[in-house]
Amino acid sequence: MQTNFTHHQSAHCENGVASNLLKFHGININEPMVFGIGSGLFYFYLPILKVNHAPAISYRPMPGSIFNKAAKRLGIKVKRVKFSNNLQAQKALEENLNNNIPTGLQVGVYNLTYFPDEYRFHFNAHNLVVYGKENNTFLISDPVMETVTTLTDKELEKVRFAKGALAPKGQMYYPIHIPTDLNWENAIKKGIKNTCNDMLAPVPIVGINAMKWVAKDIRKWPAKKGVKVANHYLAQMVRMQEEIGTGGGGFRFIYAAFLQEAAVILKNEKLKEFSTEMTIIGDMWRDFAVNAARVYKNRSNQTDVYNALADELLVIAAKEETFFKNLKKAI
Amino acid sequence: MKENEVPQDKSNLSTVNLKELCYAVDENGEYTTALSTGWEPKTIALENSIQDINERIEIAKQNVKNGIVSPVVYFMEVHKMDWVTLSDYVGMWQWRVKRHTKPNVFKKMSEKQLKKYADAFDISIDELKNFKGE
Repeated sequence: MQTNFTHHQSAHCENGVASNLLKFHGININEPMVFGIGSGLFYFYLPILKVNHAPAISYRPMPGSIFNKAAKRLGIKVKRVKFSNNLQAQKALEENLNNNIPTGLQVGVYNLTYFPDEYRFHFNAHNLVVYGKENNTFLISDPVMETVTTLTDKELEKVRFAKGALAPKGQMYYPIHIPTDLNWENAIKKGIKNTCNDMLAPVPIVGINAMKWVAKDIRKWPAKKGVKVANHYLAQMVRMQEEIGTGGGGFRFIYAAFLQEAAVILKNEKLKEFSTEMTIIGDMWRDFAVNAARVYKNRSNQTDVYNALADELLVIAAKEETFFKNLKKAI
Repeated sequence: MKENEVPQDKSNLSTVNLKELCYAVDENGEYTTALSTGWEPKTIALENSIQDINERIEIAKQNVKNGIVSPVVYFMEVHKMDWVTLSDYVGMWQWRVKRHTKPNVFKKMSEKQLKKYADAFDISIDELKNFKGE
Protein backbone atom coordinates (compact mmCIF):
# COMPACT_ATOMS: atom_id res chain seq x y z
CA MET A 1 0.00 0.00 0.00
CA GLN A 2 1.24 3.44 -0.85
CA THR A 3 -0.40 6.83 -0.58
CA ASN A 4 -0.09 9.43 -3.29
CA PHE A 5 2.34 11.58 -1.28
CA THR A 6 5.05 13.96 -2.54
CA HIS A 7 8.25 14.50 -0.55
CA HIS A 8 9.75 18.00 -0.31
CA GLN A 9 12.96 18.64 1.60
CA SER A 10 12.86 21.27 4.36
CA ALA A 11 15.33 22.95 6.71
CA HIS A 12 13.45 22.00 9.86
CA CYS A 13 11.66 18.68 10.45
CA GLU A 14 8.40 19.89 12.00
CA ASN A 15 7.84 22.61 9.39
CA GLY A 16 8.55 20.06 6.70
CA VAL A 17 6.13 17.43 7.99
CA ALA A 18 3.38 20.02 8.44
CA SER A 19 3.92 21.54 5.00
CA ASN A 20 4.14 18.14 3.26
CA LEU A 21 1.02 16.76 4.98
CA LEU A 22 -1.00 19.89 4.17
CA LYS A 23 0.21 19.88 0.57
CA PHE A 24 -1.09 16.31 0.30
CA HIS A 25 -4.49 17.67 1.33
CA GLY A 26 -4.36 20.29 -1.41
CA ILE A 27 -3.23 23.32 0.62
CA ASN A 28 -0.32 25.08 -1.02
CA ILE A 29 1.71 26.02 2.05
CA ASN A 30 5.52 26.10 2.11
CA GLU A 31 7.93 25.74 5.00
CA PRO A 32 8.36 29.46 5.87
CA MET A 33 4.56 29.95 5.95
CA VAL A 34 4.10 27.05 8.41
CA PHE A 35 6.98 28.39 10.50
CA GLY A 36 5.63 31.94 10.57
CA ILE A 37 1.97 31.16 11.23
CA GLY A 38 2.96 28.46 13.75
CA SER A 39 5.27 30.92 15.58
CA GLY A 40 8.34 28.70 15.31
CA LEU A 41 10.87 31.37 16.28
CA PHE A 42 11.63 31.05 19.98
CA TYR A 43 14.37 31.27 22.59
CA PHE A 44 14.59 29.46 25.88
CA TYR A 45 17.30 29.13 28.53
CA LEU A 46 17.10 26.97 31.66
CA PRO A 47 20.59 26.46 33.12
CA ILE A 48 19.53 24.00 35.84
CA LEU A 49 18.29 21.64 33.15
CA LYS A 50 21.21 19.88 31.46
CA VAL A 51 21.14 18.49 27.92
CA ASN A 52 24.22 16.55 26.76
CA HIS A 53 25.94 17.71 29.97
CA ALA A 54 25.45 21.40 29.12
CA PRO A 55 22.80 23.98 30.13
CA ALA A 56 19.58 23.69 28.14
CA ILE A 57 19.31 26.36 25.45
CA SER A 58 16.49 25.93 22.99
CA TYR A 59 15.83 27.90 19.84
CA ARG A 60 12.47 26.26 19.22
CA PRO A 61 9.16 25.87 21.06
CA MET A 62 7.88 22.55 22.44
CA PRO A 63 7.62 19.74 19.85
CA GLY A 64 4.28 19.76 18.05
CA SER A 65 3.62 23.40 18.85
CA ILE A 66 4.45 24.78 15.38
CA PHE A 67 2.07 22.44 13.55
CA ASN A 68 -0.65 22.75 16.22
CA LYS A 69 -0.60 26.54 16.19
CA ALA A 70 -0.41 26.81 12.41
CA ALA A 71 -3.32 24.37 12.01
CA LYS A 72 -5.45 26.05 14.65
CA ARG A 73 -4.94 29.50 13.11
CA LEU A 74 -5.97 28.22 9.69
CA GLY A 75 -8.98 26.33 11.07
CA ILE A 76 -7.48 22.91 10.31
CA LYS A 77 -8.10 20.09 12.78
CA VAL A 78 -5.20 17.76 13.53
CA LYS A 79 -5.64 14.48 15.33
CA ARG A 80 -2.86 13.32 17.66
CA VAL A 81 -2.72 9.88 19.27
CA LYS A 82 -0.20 8.43 21.74
CA PHE A 83 0.12 4.73 22.53
CA SER A 84 1.24 2.60 25.44
CA ASN A 85 1.29 -0.56 23.39
CA ASN A 86 3.74 -1.11 20.50
CA LEU A 87 1.48 -3.44 18.54
CA GLN A 88 -1.50 -1.13 18.72
CA ALA A 89 0.68 1.73 17.56
CA GLN A 90 1.72 -0.20 14.48
CA LYS A 91 -1.83 -1.37 13.79
CA ALA A 92 -3.22 2.16 13.96
CA LEU A 93 -0.52 3.39 11.59
CA GLU A 94 -1.21 0.59 9.09
CA GLU A 95 -4.92 1.29 9.26
CA ASN A 96 -4.22 4.91 8.34
CA LEU A 97 -2.07 3.87 5.40
CA ASN A 98 -4.84 1.50 4.22
CA ASN A 99 -7.20 4.48 4.29
CA ASN A 100 -4.75 6.49 2.16
CA ILE A 101 -3.73 8.83 5.01
CA PRO A 102 -0.01 9.71 5.11
CA THR A 103 0.76 10.09 8.81
CA GLY A 104 3.18 12.24 10.78
CA LEU A 105 5.19 10.65 13.59
CA GLN A 106 7.26 12.00 16.46
CA VAL A 107 10.40 9.87 16.76
CA GLY A 108 13.74 9.60 18.56
CA VAL A 109 16.88 10.24 16.49
CA TYR A 110 19.21 7.78 18.24
CA ASN A 111 18.03 4.71 16.33
CA LEU A 112 17.34 6.34 12.96
CA THR A 113 19.49 4.07 10.82
CA TYR A 114 19.70 6.37 7.82
CA PHE A 115 21.33 9.21 9.83
CA PRO A 116 25.13 9.40 10.02
CA ASP A 117 26.37 7.93 13.35
CA GLU A 118 27.71 11.28 14.52
CA TYR A 119 24.22 12.77 14.39
CA ARG A 120 22.55 10.06 16.41
CA PHE A 121 21.86 11.49 19.85
CA HIS A 122 19.04 10.86 22.32
CA PHE A 123 16.91 13.61 20.87
CA ASN A 124 13.25 12.62 20.86
CA ALA A 125 11.46 15.45 19.07
CA HIS A 126 12.23 14.60 15.46
CA ASN A 127 9.37 14.37 12.94
CA LEU A 128 8.79 12.36 9.80
CA VAL A 129 5.95 11.10 7.61
CA VAL A 130 5.09 7.48 6.86
CA TYR A 131 3.38 7.34 3.47
CA GLY A 132 3.19 3.63 2.74
CA LYS A 133 4.25 0.09 3.48
CA GLU A 134 5.69 -2.62 1.24
CA ASN A 135 6.15 -6.12 2.72
CA ASN A 136 7.55 -5.35 6.16
CA THR A 137 9.17 -2.05 5.22
CA PHE A 138 7.63 1.33 5.92
CA LEU A 139 8.09 4.07 3.32
CA ILE A 140 9.44 7.15 5.07
CA SER A 141 9.55 10.80 4.10
CA ASP A 142 11.99 12.49 6.49
CA PRO A 143 11.83 16.18 5.54
CA VAL A 144 15.47 16.94 6.35
CA MET A 145 16.57 14.28 3.82
CA GLU A 146 16.85 15.04 0.11
CA THR A 147 14.89 11.93 -0.91
CA VAL A 148 12.53 9.40 0.64
CA THR A 149 13.86 6.45 2.61
CA THR A 150 12.63 3.30 4.40
CA LEU A 151 12.58 1.69 7.85
CA THR A 152 11.69 -1.89 8.79
CA ASP A 153 8.89 -2.74 11.27
CA LYS A 154 11.44 -3.22 14.02
CA GLU A 155 13.40 -0.03 13.26
CA LEU A 156 10.27 2.09 13.20
CA GLU A 157 9.04 0.59 16.48
CA LYS A 158 12.36 1.48 18.12
CA VAL A 159 12.28 5.14 17.10
CA ARG A 160 8.57 5.53 17.92
CA PHE A 161 9.13 4.16 21.40
CA ALA A 162 12.45 5.86 22.13
CA LYS A 163 12.82 6.68 25.82
CA GLY A 164 14.11 9.63 27.82
CA ALA A 165 13.23 13.33 27.83
CA LEU A 166 10.27 14.14 25.51
CA ALA A 167 9.68 10.44 24.79
CA PRO A 168 7.40 10.26 21.72
CA LYS A 169 5.26 7.33 23.07
CA GLY A 170 4.47 6.29 19.52
CA GLN A 171 2.74 9.58 18.81
CA MET A 172 1.16 9.90 15.37
CA TYR A 173 -0.75 12.84 13.90
CA TYR A 174 -2.63 13.79 10.74
CA PRO A 175 -5.12 16.45 9.60
CA ILE A 176 -8.76 15.30 9.84
CA HIS A 177 -10.66 18.43 8.84
CA ILE A 178 -9.77 21.13 6.35
CA PRO A 179 -12.06 24.13 5.92
CA THR A 180 -13.00 25.18 2.38
CA ASP A 181 -12.01 28.80 2.99
CA LEU A 182 -8.69 29.55 4.62
CA ASN A 183 -8.25 32.97 6.21
CA TRP A 184 -4.54 33.55 5.52
CA GLU A 185 -4.45 37.23 6.59
CA ASN A 186 -5.80 36.51 10.04
CA ALA A 187 -3.59 33.47 10.59
CA ILE A 188 -0.45 35.37 9.56
CA LYS A 189 -1.24 38.28 11.86
CA LYS A 190 -1.89 35.96 14.80
CA GLY A 191 1.36 34.11 14.13
CA ILE A 192 3.43 37.29 14.01
CA LYS A 193 1.84 38.71 17.16
CA ASN A 194 2.46 35.48 19.05
CA THR A 195 6.15 35.47 18.05
CA CYS A 196 6.56 39.12 19.09
CA ASN A 197 5.00 38.38 22.48
CA ASP A 198 7.16 35.28 22.97
CA MET A 199 10.38 37.09 22.16
CA LEU A 200 9.45 40.08 24.33
CA ALA A 201 8.04 37.96 27.18
CA PRO A 202 8.61 39.56 30.59
CA VAL A 203 10.17 36.41 32.09
CA PRO A 204 13.91 35.68 32.41
CA ILE A 205 13.95 32.25 30.71
CA VAL A 206 12.20 33.12 27.43
CA GLY A 207 13.02 35.35 24.44
CA ILE A 208 15.27 38.42 24.56
CA ASN A 209 15.61 38.23 28.36
CA ALA A 210 16.89 34.67 28.10
CA MET A 211 19.51 35.77 25.54
CA LYS A 212 20.69 38.44 27.95
CA TRP A 213 20.88 35.87 30.72
CA VAL A 214 22.97 33.54 28.53
CA ALA A 215 25.31 36.47 27.76
CA LYS A 216 25.71 37.11 31.49
CA ASP A 217 26.51 33.46 32.15
CA ILE A 218 29.01 33.17 29.28
CA ARG A 219 31.19 35.71 31.12
CA LYS A 220 31.13 33.53 34.25
CA TRP A 221 31.70 30.13 32.64
CA PRO A 222 35.53 30.15 32.33
CA ALA A 223 36.15 31.21 35.95
CA LYS A 224 33.34 29.14 37.43
CA LYS A 225 33.57 25.98 35.36
CA GLY A 226 37.07 26.04 33.86
CA VAL A 227 37.99 26.57 30.23
CA LYS A 228 37.31 22.99 29.17
CA VAL A 229 33.72 22.97 30.40
CA ALA A 230 33.13 26.54 29.21
CA ASN A 231 34.21 25.48 25.72
CA HIS A 232 31.99 22.42 25.85
CA TYR A 233 29.04 24.65 26.79
CA LEU A 234 29.79 26.96 23.88
CA ALA A 235 30.07 24.06 21.45
CA GLN A 236 26.71 22.70 22.65
CA MET A 237 25.19 26.15 22.26
CA VAL A 238 26.35 26.36 18.65
CA ARG A 239 25.03 22.85 17.98
CA MET A 240 21.60 23.77 19.35
CA GLN A 241 21.80 26.96 17.34
CA GLU A 242 22.74 25.78 13.89
CA GLU A 243 22.31 22.00 13.68
CA ILE A 244 20.17 20.70 10.80
CA GLY A 245 18.56 24.02 10.03
CA THR A 246 17.29 24.74 13.52
CA GLY A 247 17.94 27.71 15.73
CA GLY A 248 19.94 30.87 15.25
CA GLY A 249 20.81 31.97 11.73
CA GLY A 250 18.87 29.18 10.02
CA PHE A 251 15.59 30.07 11.73
CA ARG A 252 16.06 33.81 11.14
CA PHE A 253 16.38 33.23 7.40
CA ILE A 254 13.23 31.07 7.34
CA TYR A 255 11.43 33.81 9.24
CA ALA A 256 12.70 36.45 6.84
CA ALA A 257 11.41 34.35 3.93
CA PHE A 258 8.04 34.18 5.70
CA LEU A 259 7.91 37.97 6.20
CA GLN A 260 8.67 38.50 2.51
CA GLU A 261 5.72 36.31 1.56
CA ALA A 262 3.50 37.83 4.26
CA ALA A 263 4.17 41.30 2.82
CA VAL A 264 2.47 40.25 -0.42
CA ILE A 265 -0.50 38.51 1.22
CA LEU A 266 -1.17 41.31 3.73
CA LYS A 267 -0.33 43.98 1.12
CA ASN A 268 1.98 45.53 3.70
CA GLU A 269 5.18 46.88 2.06
CA LYS A 270 6.72 47.51 5.47
CA LEU A 271 7.07 43.78 6.09
CA LYS A 272 9.59 43.64 3.24
CA GLU A 273 11.85 45.97 5.18
CA PHE A 274 11.40 43.77 8.23
CA SER A 275 12.40 40.79 6.12
CA THR A 276 15.64 42.52 5.08
CA GLU A 277 16.31 43.45 8.70
CA MET A 278 15.74 39.87 9.86
CA THR A 279 18.23 38.64 7.24
CA ILE A 280 20.83 40.97 8.76
CA ILE A 281 20.09 39.61 12.24
CA GLY A 282 20.41 36.06 10.86
CA ASP A 283 23.84 36.94 9.50
CA MET A 284 24.78 38.23 12.97
CA TRP A 285 23.83 34.88 14.53
CA ARG A 286 26.02 33.16 11.99
CA ASP A 287 28.93 35.46 12.82
CA PHE A 288 28.38 34.63 16.48
CA ALA A 289 28.66 30.91 15.66
CA VAL A 290 31.88 31.52 13.71
CA ASN A 291 33.41 33.47 16.61
CA ALA A 292 32.28 30.92 19.19
CA ALA A 293 33.83 28.18 17.05
CA ARG A 294 37.12 30.08 17.07
CA VAL A 295 37.08 30.16 20.86
CA TYR A 296 36.47 26.47 21.41
CA LYS A 297 38.83 25.50 18.65
CA ASN A 298 41.84 27.50 19.78
CA ARG A 299 41.15 26.74 23.40
CA SER A 300 42.18 30.25 24.23
CA ASN A 301 42.00 30.76 28.00
CA GLN A 302 41.77 34.55 28.24
CA THR A 303 38.56 35.71 29.88
CA ASP A 304 38.36 38.39 27.23
CA VAL A 305 37.21 36.11 24.42
CA TYR A 306 34.22 35.08 26.49
CA ASN A 307 33.43 38.70 27.27
CA ALA A 308 33.66 39.51 23.57
CA LEU A 309 31.18 36.73 22.77
CA ALA A 310 28.83 37.89 25.53
CA ASP A 311 28.98 41.43 24.15
CA GLU A 312 28.20 40.14 20.67
CA LEU A 313 25.17 38.25 22.00
CA LEU A 314 23.95 41.37 23.78
CA VAL A 315 24.13 43.34 20.53
CA ILE A 316 22.00 40.68 18.82
CA ALA A 317 19.53 40.67 21.74
CA ALA A 318 19.19 44.48 21.59
CA LYS A 319 18.65 44.33 17.84
CA GLU A 320 15.96 41.68 18.14
CA GLU A 321 14.28 43.59 20.94
CA THR A 322 13.88 46.67 18.72
CA PHE A 323 12.90 44.48 15.80
CA PHE A 324 10.04 42.69 17.55
CA LYS A 325 8.78 45.86 19.24
CA ASN A 326 8.51 47.56 15.85
CA LEU A 327 7.10 44.48 14.13
CA LYS A 328 4.34 44.30 16.72
CA LYS A 329 3.36 47.88 15.92
CA ALA A 330 3.46 47.32 12.16
CA ILE A 331 0.88 44.51 12.26
CA MET B 1 22.89 35.13 3.89
CA LYS B 2 23.18 35.35 0.12
CA GLU B 3 22.63 32.35 -2.10
CA ASN B 4 26.33 32.22 -3.06
CA GLU B 5 27.34 32.35 0.61
CA VAL B 6 25.56 29.10 1.51
CA PRO B 7 28.46 27.13 3.04
CA GLN B 8 29.85 24.16 1.14
CA ASP B 9 32.39 22.91 3.70
CA LYS B 10 33.34 19.33 4.27
CA SER B 11 31.36 17.74 7.12
CA ASN B 12 30.16 14.44 8.57
CA LEU B 13 27.15 14.78 6.29
CA SER B 14 29.27 14.38 3.17
CA THR B 15 30.26 10.84 4.21
CA VAL B 16 26.71 9.65 3.55
CA ASN B 17 26.09 12.10 0.73
CA LEU B 18 23.55 14.11 2.71
CA LYS B 19 22.90 17.78 2.07
CA GLU B 20 20.84 20.12 4.15
CA LEU B 21 18.45 22.76 2.91
CA CYS B 22 19.12 26.44 3.69
CA TYR B 23 17.17 29.63 3.02
CA ALA B 24 19.11 32.44 1.37
CA VAL B 25 18.59 35.60 -0.68
CA ASP B 26 19.18 35.61 -4.46
CA GLU B 27 20.64 38.55 -6.42
CA ASN B 28 17.23 40.25 -6.60
CA GLY B 29 16.76 40.11 -2.81
CA GLU B 30 14.14 37.35 -3.11
CA TYR B 31 14.26 34.36 -0.78
CA THR B 32 15.10 30.99 -2.27
CA THR B 33 16.53 27.67 -1.05
CA ALA B 34 19.93 26.10 -1.61
CA LEU B 35 21.64 22.90 -0.48
CA SER B 36 24.65 22.95 1.81
CA THR B 37 27.22 20.18 2.26
CA GLY B 38 28.16 21.47 5.71
CA TRP B 39 29.57 24.40 7.64
CA GLU B 40 32.88 24.43 9.48
CA PRO B 41 31.77 26.00 12.82
CA LYS B 42 29.09 23.29 13.09
CA THR B 43 31.51 20.52 12.22
CA ILE B 44 33.91 21.73 14.92
CA ALA B 45 31.06 21.89 17.46
CA LEU B 46 30.02 18.35 16.61
CA GLU B 47 33.62 17.13 16.79
CA ASN B 48 33.88 18.74 20.21
CA SER B 49 30.84 16.75 21.35
CA ILE B 50 32.18 13.50 19.95
CA GLN B 51 35.55 14.10 21.57
CA ASP B 52 33.80 14.81 24.86
CA ILE B 53 31.86 11.55 24.62
CA ASN B 54 35.00 9.59 23.78
CA GLU B 55 36.77 11.04 26.81
CA ARG B 56 33.83 10.08 29.02
CA ILE B 57 33.89 6.55 27.60
CA GLU B 58 37.64 6.25 28.25
CA ILE B 59 37.27 7.46 31.86
CA ALA B 60 34.37 5.05 32.45
CA LYS B 61 36.48 2.21 31.05
CA GLN B 62 39.36 2.99 33.42
CA ASN B 63 36.94 3.24 36.35
CA VAL B 64 35.45 -0.17 35.55
CA LYS B 65 38.96 -1.61 35.32
CA ASN B 66 39.91 -0.14 38.69
CA GLY B 67 36.74 -1.41 40.32
CA ILE B 68 35.33 2.06 40.99
CA VAL B 69 32.15 1.70 38.92
CA SER B 70 30.15 -1.15 37.37
CA PRO B 71 29.95 -1.81 33.58
CA VAL B 72 26.59 -0.02 33.57
CA VAL B 73 28.42 3.33 33.52
CA TYR B 74 30.65 2.30 30.63
CA PHE B 75 27.78 1.15 28.41
CA MET B 76 25.73 4.18 29.37
CA GLU B 77 28.49 6.43 28.04
CA VAL B 78 28.97 4.29 24.92
CA HIS B 79 25.29 4.80 24.14
CA LYS B 80 25.53 8.57 24.77
CA MET B 81 22.95 8.24 27.55
CA ASP B 82 22.48 10.28 30.70
CA TRP B 83 20.70 9.19 33.92
CA VAL B 84 17.28 10.34 32.70
CA THR B 85 17.54 8.41 29.44
CA LEU B 86 18.96 5.24 30.97
CA SER B 87 16.48 5.08 33.83
CA ASP B 88 13.63 5.50 31.35
CA TYR B 89 14.98 2.70 29.14
CA VAL B 90 15.33 0.23 32.03
CA GLY B 91 12.12 1.44 33.69
CA MET B 92 13.65 2.11 37.12
CA TRP B 93 14.07 5.17 39.30
CA GLN B 94 17.29 7.12 38.87
CA TRP B 95 18.46 6.36 42.41
CA ARG B 96 18.19 2.64 41.69
CA VAL B 97 20.12 2.98 38.46
CA LYS B 98 22.81 4.94 40.29
CA ARG B 99 22.99 2.19 42.93
CA HIS B 100 23.57 -0.33 40.15
CA THR B 101 26.71 1.52 39.16
CA LYS B 102 28.38 0.40 42.41
CA PRO B 103 30.43 -2.74 41.66
CA ASN B 104 29.30 -4.46 44.87
CA VAL B 105 25.62 -3.91 44.15
CA PHE B 106 26.11 -4.84 40.49
CA LYS B 107 27.56 -8.24 41.47
CA LYS B 108 24.39 -9.13 43.38
CA MET B 109 21.93 -8.09 40.67
CA SER B 110 19.40 -10.67 39.47
CA GLU B 111 19.29 -11.98 35.91
CA LYS B 112 16.00 -10.20 35.45
CA GLN B 113 17.49 -6.83 36.35
CA LEU B 114 20.59 -7.47 34.25
CA LYS B 115 18.38 -8.34 31.30
CA LYS B 116 16.79 -4.89 31.43
CA TYR B 117 20.18 -3.23 31.15
CA ALA B 118 21.39 -5.67 28.50
CA ASP B 119 18.29 -4.90 26.41
CA ALA B 120 18.74 -1.17 26.83
CA PHE B 121 22.35 -1.47 25.62
CA ASP B 122 21.47 -4.00 22.90
CA ILE B 123 24.00 -6.56 24.23
CA SER B 124 23.80 -9.97 25.95
CA ILE B 125 23.78 -10.40 29.73
CA ASP B 126 27.18 -12.09 29.51
CA GLU B 127 28.70 -9.19 27.63
CA LEU B 128 27.42 -6.84 30.30
CA LYS B 129 28.51 -8.98 33.25
CA ASN B 130 31.93 -9.85 31.90
CA PHE B 131 33.06 -6.40 30.82
CA LYS B 132 36.24 -5.76 32.76
CA GLY B 133 37.32 -2.45 31.22
CA GLU B 134 39.92 -3.94 28.91
